[in-house]
Amino acid sequence: MTALVIAEPHGDTLADATLSAVTAATKLDDEVHIFVAGSQGAADAAARIAGVSKVLHADGDAYAHMLAENVAPLIVSLMDGYDAVLAPATTTGKNVLPRVAAKLDVMQVSDIISVEGPKTFTRPIYAGNAIATVESSDPKLVITVRTTAFDKAEAEGGSASIEAVSGEGAAGISEFVKLDAVESERPELTSASVVVSGGRALKDAETFEQYITPLADKLGAAIGASRAAVDAGYVPNDYQVGQTGKIVAPEVYIAVGISGAIQHLAGMKDSKVIIAINKDPDAPIFQVADLGLVADLYNAVPELTEKL
Amino acid sequence: MKILVPVKRVIDYNVKPRVKADGSGVDLANVKMSMNPFDEIAVEEALKLKEAGKAEEVVAVSIGPAKAQETLRTALAMGADRAILVETDDAVEPLAVAKILKAVAEEEEPGIVMLGKQAIDDDSNQTGQMLAALMDRPQGTFASKVEIEGDSVSVTREVDGGLETVKLTLPAIITTDLRLNEPRYATLPNIMKAKKKPLDTKTPADYGVDTAARLTTTNVSEPPVRQAGEIVEDVDALVAKLKSMGVA
Ligand SMILES: Cc1cc2nc3c(=O)[nH]c(=O)nc-3n(C[C@H](O)[C@H](O)[C@H](O)COP(=O)(O)OP(=O)(O)OC[C@H]3O[C@@H](n4cnc5c(N)ncnc54)[C@H](O)[C@@H]3O)c2cc1C
Ligand SMILES: Nc1ncnc2c1ncn2[C@@H]1O[C@H](COP(=O)(O)O)[C@@H](O)[C@H]1O
Repeated sequence: MTALVIAEPHGDTLADATLSAVTAATKLDDEVHIFVAGSQGAADAAARIAGVSKVLHADGDAYAHMLAENVAPLIVSLMDGYDAVLAPATTTGKNVLPRVAAKLDVMQVSDIISVEGPKTFTRPIYAGNAIATVESSDPKLVITVRTTAFDKAEAEGGSASIEAVSGEGAAGISEFVKLDAVESERPELTSASVVVSGGRALKDAETFEQYITPLADKLGAAIGASRAAVDAGYVPNDYQVGQTGKIVAPEVYIAVGISGAIQHLAGMKDSKVIIAINKDPDAPIFQVADLGLVADLYNAVPELTEKL
Repeated sequence: MKILVPVKRVIDYNVKPRVKADGSGVDLANVKMSMNPFDEIAVEEALKLKEAGKAEEVVAVSIGPAKAQETLRTALAMGADRAILVETDDAVEPLAVAKILKAVAEEEEPGIVMLGKQAIDDDSNQTGQMLAALMDRPQGTFASKVEIEGDSVSVTREVDGGLETVKLTLPAIITTDLRLNEPRYATLPNIMKAKKKPLDTKTPADYGVDTAARLTTTNVSEPPVRQAGEIVEDVDALVAKLKSMGVA
């Protein structure tokens, strides 16, 4: 049987999230194909992923921005040959895949963290405070994959064939206007090995920058934030770590001035080592931290940055 | 234009969920229940559009047990005009919820269906997208800004890489993200008034929707617990630890 993975195009490459979805797919099916809506470069990158035997490449303006209204019908039309379709649980995957599922009259299994059997998966519910084992009774599987739970497939080594696919094109009901991207030289938040996150305690955008950025620079780390820090405008929305933001699981996660609400923990508690700096010894973050420092961040963070 | 707002009754976000010892689910007995926070944001946005003269009526709908009436009354107290309860004691999955919402929308003919992006109990994040698919409507998911411009709506979306703007032809489906607005609190006089606002009760069968589950939950367990580690004395001790771990 064959699974179809929906790639996450990123200009002329693919986002790493794609590689985790490929690994999840190999746990389900012997053969894995991959659907790429985007540039030739992205399709070529997909063809090099180890374990992928065919690339279905949808070119053209209608598919360039992964608009769900245009892409979902095309994916649905390809599904005759597949018993499963998987996408990484990125904002793209979460946007497109339920639209595919509904058209196939299938209940999507969201955000799986393990494959337990041909139709059985585990997934976190209630902000990760419970893990549900669910079995699907639908004829096909539609799945989004929590990328931190699956190793990345090798990005090189494969030599899949590339086949062009085309569908109806633009549905004519939606239009891409623009993407305001936050350009950064830093490692990407969801795949960085070290993450430094700041919370409400950082006061404002300037203070956040002044205290968090040098520490992150020193460690070659990505920068994250709590919802409170994002809501208050210290950092852009795509920095939010948590139940309803990004899920991260770096080697080291440093939480600075973050209390540790369950919604925040949901996004980072699978990190290998958690370090917390907080002036309140009773802050819940210390219950999950491997190393805790009870201190005023305004003294501790500059000193730490200096001494590292 | 009418706006339809689906609201779900869920565990209050301040409550830490407890897994039942027999692995059958999360213990909801005597637990505080509230409107899903993203749905509060959806109600607020609908009310704002009405106040700005872009919409005439806001209708709240919930699929759930009789107690979901309380959630609908909250929406009415915030300012929704009327409410529909599709009553069932079954746990209805997003696909079936979307089918019921489609049937309701076919009756009500809203210009916008404004949902939350995610219910904080099942964390599915799919109902709005499914509804859009079933109705062949455009979808503006994870919205942080909604602007109606004639017969279309411009939606700014919170995506992994920043903010994306799409333009959708009305009627459209929108799902809300955290930064869209700050929901208002219902005032006491409005809570009183809400008691007199119309609330219709229906069943899934009235809409001809089969709510049988497609996913069987065979077990619900606690996630692995993290042990609290050690509290270090000072920055020097932290640096030493980090160095010994090879981080610095
Ligand atoms: C539907 C919903 C979804 C949500 N999703 C998310 C999510 O995805 N991610 C997320 O993070 N949150 C999320 N939240 C919000 C969450 O509930 C918390 O409100 C939020 O995480 C708190 O952020 P914080 O820890 O920065 O702020 P606070 O809770 O205010 O904590 C600030 C901390 O800083 C410490 N502090 C203050 N000054 C100093 C100092 N000088 N030095 C050291 N420490 C100091 C304080 O002791 C305190 O512990 C969500 C909430 C809802 C309702
Ligand atoms: N039982 C329900 N009744 C009303 N609305 C619902 C229900 N379930 C889901 N929704 C809506 O769909 C959104 C997304 O839910 P979900 O796909 O379950 O994460 C919620 O924020 C609600 O707006």
